[in-house]
Amino acid sequence: MDMKQHCVKLSVQPSRGLVDEKFTVLVQNLLPGFQLTIHALHQCEDGHSWEAFAHYTANATSIVNVSQDPSLGGTYSGVEPMGLLWSLRPVPGSKTGLRLRKMNVQTPMGVTISVYQGHQKEGFLDQVLLASVVVERWYMAPGVRRVPITEGRLTATLFLPSGPGPFPGLLDLWGWGGKLVEYRAALLASHGIASMALDYLTPKETGRMVDNDYFETAYRVLEQHPQILGSRIAMLGLSFGAGVTLRMAVYSKGLKLSCAVCINGSHVQPIDGPLEQIMTYFNKNVEKTRFDEDNQLICRDLMLPIPTDPSLKVDVGRLQCPLLLVVGEDDQNWPTYESAMDMREMMERAGNSHLLTVLSYKNAGHLIQPPFTPFTRASTFKSVTIPPFTMMALWGGELVAHSRAQEDAWRKTLVFLRENLYGDMKPGALFSNL
Amino acid sequence: MYINLRRKPLLSVIADDLSCGGTYTGKEAMGLLWSMRPVPGSREGLRLRKLNVCIPQLVNISVYSGHVGVGFREQDPLASVLTERWYMAPGVRRIDIKEKGVRGTLFIPHGPGPFPGLLDMWGGGGGLLEYRAALLASHGYASMALEYFNPAEVNTAELELNYFETAFNIVRDHPQVMSDRVGLFGLSLGSIVSISLAAWSSVVKPRCCVCISGNHTHARGGTIGDVFNEFITNVHKVRMDENNYEIWRGMGLPIPDDISQKVDVGKINCPILLVNGDDDQNWPTVESAEDMAQMMRAAGNEHLLTRLEYPDAGHLIEPPYSPHFRATKFLKDGQKVILLWGGTTKPHSDAQEDSWKKILAFLQQNMYSSSGPRAKL
Repeated sequence: MDMKQHCVKLSVQPSRGLVDEKFTVLVQNLLPGFQLTIHALHQCEDGHSWEAFAHYTANATSIVNVSQDPSLGGTYSGVEPMGLLWSLRPVPGSKTGLRLRKMNVQTPMGVTISVYQGHQKEGFLDQVLLASVVVERWYMAPGVRRVPITEGRLTATLFLPSGPGPFPGLLDLWGWGGKLVEYRAALLASHGIASMALDYLTPKETGRMVDNDYFETAYRVLEQHPQILGSRIAMLGLSFGAGVTLRMAVYSKGLKLSCAVCINGSHVQPIDGPLEQIMTYFNKNVEKTRFDEDNQLICRDLMLPIPTDPSLKVDVGRLQCPLLLVVGEDDQNWPTYESAMDMREMMERAGNSHLLTVLSYKNAGHLIQPPFTPFTRASTFKSVTIPPFTMMALWGGELVAHSRAQEDAWRKTLVFLRENLYGDMKPGALFSNL
Repeated sequence: MYINLRRKPLLSVIADDLSCGGTYTGKEAMGLLWSMRPVPGSREGLRLRKLNVCIPQLVNISVYSGHVGVGFREQDPLASVLTERWYMAPGVRRIDIKEKGVRGTLFIPHGPGPFPGLLDMWGGGGGLLEYRAALLASHGYASMALEYFNPAEVNTAELELNYFETAFNIVRDHPQVMSDRVGLFGLSLGSIVSISLAAWSSVVKPRCCVCISGNHTHARGGTIGDVFNEFITNVHKVRMDENNYEIWRGMGLPIPDDISQKVDVGKINCPILLVNGDDDQNWPTVESAEDMAQMMRAAGNEHLLTRLEYPDAGHLIEPPYSPHFRATKFLKDGQKVILLWGGTTKPHSDAQEDSWKKILAFLQQNMYSSSGPRAKL
């Protein structure tokens, strides 16, 4: 029977949502036993196309519900409500080493979800399309304000949540790729935390590596902002940014953090001298990097073995605020797991391990990002060292485990931040009488 | 207003907790939307309708300390978020229609199509209201909002049934519309037009009809203006309530026995869904529906009829969570009057929610399903 006459009805609810919200994909009006492919297509800001797809067979109720029914194959299998997003990958024929990142957070990520007849694997553009809808995925919730920061020679963007405030604040740091990456800070603001995305590697003014005072300036901007609670500021960093976060949390006199979150980073770094020294330290060990069989660069051995010399590690035994470590056990870029174990040992010896929470994920890689972010096992990486170099970095991880880790880690990170930033605050007279 | 009865003070979910007072009480997940009303000091007779459907309706939800009833703007909220409510889903396209004398706006769902189509008609207020057609397109129906007279000019509207036939065919002939699956959707005067077309038109063959707050009590022939004027002939039957709002329902009673004074609904041969509120103060729509049922029973086509009647709901049964308007301003002969539409807020809002669900199910069954049109839900 020609399904075109049959009027397949596709809906995705909600059709507009935050990037970390789940949706329900429902296909109705099918014939029992009908085979179909559900396909997701996204064109990113660089112009590359990403796709995901899954094969389903309609049951006796003539409906396919992606949240309840198993995919029989495709870019994911089994019951995966959000598989159409996290299994997105570059379409066949694309350049190698691509990574999906939204740089303009003021517009949504548009994803086209479509239904095709039969179990298709390729050549979707030439297949019979039965139905299609567009879904918008946003990093910024309605009412969140984006404020470019120009004071103190900072290269930063502040995202303020909707409402009068005041709000807890957060400094958000990425890794060695540099540039001003805003999406995680925008998403955190959508969850009620005034977050500043900070570029500390390629700042406009100097073009060279910053030092402690740069972060202290950023912290002060948050502290003094009329809509931010100066006494409730956190710091969150990924990769090299995690190392910077640990450094500031322990050694900076100017920063008094309520808590810190470190994703796939390390405490290993020379602690005497300026931040630039860290680059020098890594460059010295560069012969420890190796290439796998696909010529992808593995950097994790640069910092191994974890040194015993205390001048080469942030003394986390002196940490005075809660710390959440998110660890991808298959991180091929940094020795995250070994660093986390060493940090735990240091804190146990120092007697402050009650401050430490470790979330460790088997088969998760380096780039643990907000939920449903497409998984990238390796991608082209351009460092900000002088001279800069471009290579294919192996991040590690396995698709399903890594995607689960992103969802679980994000949920727990939000709980951790809320507990430590909102914590024992009295929300007003309403509750004090109960 | 809420008292948080949970042990963890940071987590209060409005959908589960009970409001103990305010513009709604009890457990009402969406009460903050449907119980909205003009702030104190506003003009009388206002009605909230979205004209520009390309941008969302913005609603600010705030939390205040204590049980507050007035003076919200003078107080600082504890917290506040902004929500967006959209009539147009992403990918829905909006197309201005101005052809063959017909004026309207067509909304086409995203996707390859073709789609079932709908002609969407509002009532005696006139003008071009797009929001319901936009919402129907967001649910998969290529829908055209039709303008058929200017606001406040209903009694001089010169259009006859052929205008609507032309409009219907514009939808039917659109390359992205399935020509054998085009239906009619109306409220009030729009329902009257739908019922007339379904019964009398030899040109249009609607796949099904959704008629909200309509009636069948007018004679064949004449312009829209004639039809409207015929309704309000018995102006002496208009009553005023205690606020001086006009109650028109008396003008429609009694339902005539003479079949020549009514649309011959026995001739309808497509499924028809009638949605009415039994507190409709503008027109005796429930009595009309009852008479239609009798006529259809006698003619042998009653199996095509589905009736939804809602206790304490009024005339303006709109999409879910729309605020309830018991009485609003209406321009009659250039004069501003306030018409009583009827309904009590909570039951009217329940009626809007329930009827919309059932309307969508009715449309899906009759317009999407391949097993042929079916009247019964």
